[in-house]
Amino acid sequence: MVRKETAWGYFFIAPMMIGFAVFMLYPFVYSFYLSLTSSDGIVAPKFIGFDNYAKLLKDTTFLRSLRVTLYFTLVTVPVGAALSLLAAMLLNIKMRFVTWYRTAFFLPVITSMVAIATVWKWLYNTDYGLINSIFAALGLYEPPWLASAKWALPSIMIMSIWKGIGFNMVIFLAGLQGISPSLYESAKIDGAGAFRRFTNITFPLLRHTTVFVVIMSIISSFQVFDQVYVMTQGGPAKSTSVVVYYIYQNAFQFFQQGYASAMAYVLFAIIFIVTLLQTRLAKNKDVDG
Amino acid sequence: MDIKQENRAGKPRRKILKAVLLHIVMVILSFLMITPFLWMVSTSLKNMNEMYAIPPIWIPREVMWSNYRYMFESAPWLLYFFNTVKVTGLVVVGQLVVCSMAAFAFSRLRFPGRDALFFMLLGTMMIPYHVTMIPTFQILRRLGWLDTHQALIVPALSAAFGVFLLRQFFMTLPRELEQAAMIDGCGYPRIFLNVILPNAKPALTTLAIFTFMGTWNDFLGPLIYLNSDHLKTLTLGLATFQGVYTNQWNYMMAGALIVSLPILIVYMFAQRYFVQGIVMSGLKE
Repeated sequence: MVRKETAWGYFFIAPMMIGFAVFMLYPFVYSFYLSLTSSDGIVAPKFIGFDNYAKLLKDTTFLRSLRVTLYFTLVTVPVGAALSLLAAMLLNIKMRFVTWYRTAFFLPVITSMVAIATVWKWLYNTDYGLINSIFAALGLYEPPWLASAKWALPSIMIMSIWKGIGFNMVIFLAGLQGISPSLYESAKIDGAGAFRRFTNITFPLLRHTTVFVVIMSIISSFQVFDQVYVMTQGGPAKSTSVVVYYIYQNAFQFFQQGYASAMAYVLFAIIFIVTLLQTRLAKNKDVDG
Repeated sequence: MDIKQENRAGKPRRKILKAVLLHIVMVILSFLMITPFLWMVSTSLKNMNEMYAIPPIWIPREVMWSNYRYMFESAPWLLYFFNTVKVTGLVVVGQLVVCSMAAFAFSRLRFPGRDALFFMLLGTMMIPYHVTMIPTFQILRRLGWLDTHQALIVPALSAAFGVFLLRQFFMTLPRELEQAAMIDGCGYPRIFLNVILPNAKPALTTLAIFTFMGTWNDFLGPLIYLNSDHLKTLTLGLATFQGVYTNQWNYMMAGALIVSLPILIVYMFAQRYFVQGIVMSGLKE
């Protein structure tokens, strides 16, 4: 009886585990091996130890791509999380048409980044774009947006924040709906104003959700690629060349797949550390509570 | 007495004022969110002159439906569409089969190594795609699968997130369901097919929608693996189109609309599953 259950167990997980071994586990390990070789993706890889990693430390383009990605993360994550929370709190209020408002916030989330980036490239057009037409009508300074090394990255940041608000909003909404309304009612009776209710009830009870949203946003912002590819191709003057874009170039345009693997592992190390941080923060909360 | 009455009359008025203000704020914010979409539609129907007009024109005087005809003639969009439907459809169905089978075993059957294997699956969920991308490319080349749709489909079937999501749901199904079937002499395949799956429709739909959204919008995969024009998916087709028709914004906006429209239509019918998929992805840890 037990042996039959075991056999069926392995039968049911077999397709999953085979796919997992071939397309996840093996590539994950092999990728590290590749990072220690001079693989060009065609000829048999030659083992060169940690040379690729040493080269990375001196590769100014790579170091710049790390800085660009970090800057992108440091701006988009806090601003995006704050705006999402604000949107979630507004949309958590009982009112008419609330599903319509939620849909408006959600549309950018479900639409493909390639389509969105194409539209924003047009919106950002320096001479004829909608944004600069409005700025001109208001008598404001018209930035050259994607055309300048100074403005290109902020342009991509603004678009990315706009696209991501709805995603985190949904997670915050789920968190808000888990807070018992009786807490707010008793706080109201005690005479706590809206601000006090936010700092004393909403924010502490959403701590877990907030930590999660921030960590997940950091992880995904370290992997930003599609919008860069479509809008700027890393330019002008490499000002928007993020890590994954540089990995892509090395792996599939310059065919330095060993070198690109080393970069990918550095990216993995960063994301691994951020994830550990999350587990730590989640645990601390349990100790406090 | 007077004060009390004033309060009673004043309160609803303040409430109405608050509600009106709230709606004004919400309408403005909603417009900020959908303006790019409106501008996309508007531009896609303009001629060259109106497209570059300053101040901008929202509703074209002459509606250029011909932009769409021109766009469809200048690239095989219909083919891109069917390619995307094919790849997305097969990934969704395949993933449902593979993941639900594994989730059934992980939640209902006992066998040696079960928990260790499950935690290994969970642990890999945080590995970024880009780490396994290069070796996967090399594996697919050795298999002779580069520039084929298999390259996009097969590696996508064994998604750890799908197993996690479905297992989570299967655990909530009461054991009594299958005990009755066991007494009737049903084997595990029958229990899986006739008891578990029919009761797990919401979870299966959520996973299907979530995967649909990810695969339909995927760009990096097609960019790396596909070369031939007749194999391209919509996102890759749009990116290519954009490289050729620079400054033809009306055609590009028409293309962007064609890429986005199918998913917006699906969203209209399956709204809550989109939302649930995202909320579930937030429950991971």
